Amino acid sequence: MSTRQVLIFSHFERFWHWTQMVLIVTLLATGFGVHGFHSLIDFEEAVTLHTIAALALGVLWILATFWLLTTGTWRHFVPSAKGLWQVARFYAWGIFQGEGHPYRKAYWRKHNPLQALAYLGLKLVLFPAIWISGIPYLLYGLWQHLPQASEWLSWVALVHTAAAFAIAAFIVAHIYLLTTGHSFVEHVKPMITGFDEVDLSPEEEAYLVKDQPRHIR
Amino acid sequence: MKRKIMLLIAGLGLALWAAPGGSAEHPLEDLPAPPGTAEHAPPQPPPPPASGPQVSGPQVSGPLRGRTTDHAKLEALKGPFASGPEVTKACLSCHTETGHQFMKNVHWTWEFKDPVTGQMLGKRHLINNFCTNSRGNEGMCAQCHAGYGWKDETFDFTNQDNIDCVVCHDGTGTYYRTPATQGNAACSVMFEGKKPIDLTAVAQGVVLPQRQNCGTCHFFGGGGDNVKHGDLSSALTAPSRDLDVHMAADGANFACTACHVTRDHVWAGSRYQLVARDQEGQGKPGERRDVATCESCHGTAPHPNDSVAHIKLNGHVDKIACQTCHIPAFARGGVATVVDWDWRTAGKLKDGEGYHESNYTQGNGQHRYTYKSIKGNFTFAEDLVPLYAWFDGQMRYTTIDTKFDVNQQPVPINAFTGSRDDPKSRIWPFKVMHTWQPFDKGNGTLVYTHLWGDDQDAYWGNYDMAKAVERGMKDFGLPYSGDFGYVETASFWPITHMVAPKEDALACADCHTEPGRLASVQGVYMPGRDADRRVDLIGLLALAAVLGGVLGHGLIRTMRRNRGTHS
Repeated sequence: MSTRQVLIFSHFERFWHWTQMVLIVTLLATGFGVHGFHSLIDFEEAVTLHTIAALALGVLWILATFWLLTTGTWRHFVPSAKGLWQVARFYAWGIFQGEGHPYRKAYWRKHNPLQALAYLGLKLVLFPAIWISGIPYLLYGLWQHLPQASEWLSWVALVHTAAAFAIAAFIVAHIYLLTTGHSFVEHVKPMITGFDEVDLSPEEEAYLVKDQPRHIR
Repeated sequence: MKRKIMLLIAGLGLALWAAPGGSAEHPLEDLPAPPGTAEHAPPQPPPPPASGPQVSGPQVSGPLRGRTTDHAKLEALKGPFASGPEVTKACLSCHTETGHQFMKNVHWTWEFKDPVTGQMLGKRHLINNFCTNSRGNEGMCAQCHAGYGWKDETFDFTNQDNIDCVVCHDGTGTYYRTPATQGNAACSVMFEGKKPIDLTAVAQGVVLPQRQNCGTCHFFGGGGDNVKHGDLSSALTAPSRDLDVHMAADGANFACTACHVTRDHVWAGSRYQLVARDQEGQGKPGERRDVATCESCHGTAPHPNDSVAHIKLNGHVDKIACQTCHIPAFARGGVATVVDWDWRTAGKLKDGEGYHESNYTQGNGQHRYTYKSIKGNFTFAEDLVPLYAWFDGQMRYTTIDTKFDVNQQPVPINAFTGSRDDPKSRIWPFKVMHTWQPFDKGNGTLVYTHLWGDDQDAYWGNYDMAKAVERGMKDFGLPYSGDFGYVETASFWPITHMVAPKEDALACADCHTEPGRLASVQGVYMPGRDADRRVDLIGLLALAAVLGGVLGHGLIRTMRRNRGTHS
């Protein structure tokens, strides 16, 4: 077992992450503008930007979903109880005692169990909630003639707003957790360079050195 | 994950054709020149294709342009003419069918039976909350009847020679009309000393109706410039593009009849029977649609589908009248409208004489009467934001025989309904006219008031409302308790003229905000105006809790680290 700098975030993954970040921040800012929380942006421009960003995010998601399924990387997000307690205990207690993070990144398990669970929750609960409400909201023109359409729209908007709040809360926690390691920069760096310290088995190391020499430093 | 993919694909696919109306519509990109000779279009549709040739009326022609007759060269119009009816006879000697066609027009009948409510409407019957009633006051009011000599019930509505052709067709600007009867000396003085009319010149100078022809009456309804409608004023005679994008003298230069299309001398557009939502739009190419709706030219998806906002706006068309956004304010262009009229103060005299005050100066610098002894007090206003309400196009009038609850004031002169769930309804802009006017306190009805006449009972001259009401009711055999009072009334005028250029239309944020233009409109969920405030509160609290949590977490970490450093 050795620890090496390994490429764990491919070009596409980094592109996905940062594009998604820009789009979600745009969607939150414009969405809360449309909602009436601020008037930093004109309503018409807010709706336009919100719609375009939503459609772009939709395209990105189709690509990401395809990528996750075809590359098998979806397995990084399968929930696992192994080590979950230790990580939870670390954030609730150990971190204040100056303990080190109990999780070590593995080649086929780049997220710690709590992180994986959180991302899975995001993908299976919050994002579907925003889309299941957002798509009918966007396409109101197709069903506005149905009876009580306006009443239904108010429920659609309610779910959409609630999901937006939850996503905003997720982002706050997500950014905060970047500050918990050695440094904020240290945490962000892998999502820029793609490389992070990973514990490799001898077989994995041998494979990377021989077949993927550019994926290991 | 699969569901996510399916939803996304479905969403994107649908978004591409999400625009209501679809690609079948042809929004009018550029306004055509006004169809000046539209009334000459043949009335029959094209014959259906059949196995053999079948004749079913004349074929369909395009809208005619230009003129084929110089009326100054016509023998029949050489004159001289001693009277209006002689001119009319000359007109009808060539236009053989026009007289009978026009006699079906409300401009002649002043009568309209509502096909839905069965109510008998029209100026001949109605009471408004301006000068109240024309019935019994025709000697004055029928100045705006397109006929000669209507002064009382004896007027012959079957004699086509009584039609006044030239009031609508005068192109010389020299023609005018005066009251059919003298009236009280105090009033008739207004009509003295006018230059005689050269009827031959007028007859030879006829044109298709210009804005100023229609405006002679329609701009001055209610007793003065823009008093009644709010969106029809003398400013529309030669309007700027800002004031009216269609009628702009230096732009599209539409005459009224460009939209109020004519067939058999009867034209489209009515305040009694409105098309609040036109779902047919332009019709097929070359097909005539005898309506005055915006959609009849601009289609049912009038915004080009070239931006998110435009696509979204086309989705608004089914519930928001075009006028609501495209007429951001009425009584524009420097001419004010009356919004409040108080008959209770009428009749004040100075040295036994009626008088007037002009305490309002409107945008174009003119002074307007704010008090007249013959009419009471007026409140003028300009650049007004309309009232917005759901409207299905159906008006229900309080007529002379409608009994109303005296405790429910203001009494609506014309009540209307509409709702989000009614497919015929849309959100429309209205001018609201508020008035205190005479009524029968005992019976709870409106009254006919005898205003005009050279007699002892006419209010305009004698200033005795009790006598004027009693006579007004008696002349038509109407029940009257003998006890008159003043009732608060409101009338509602759908706003449809003074369409602003598109850059001046309302912006989304004018309504999608709190409080916005549509603050009082119920039955719709509007982002930016409506939200479940409990969800907002819970969401904000949750967000604050997470923020507080991470800040607390970070604070403890920092404190522990510092302690560690020190120790």
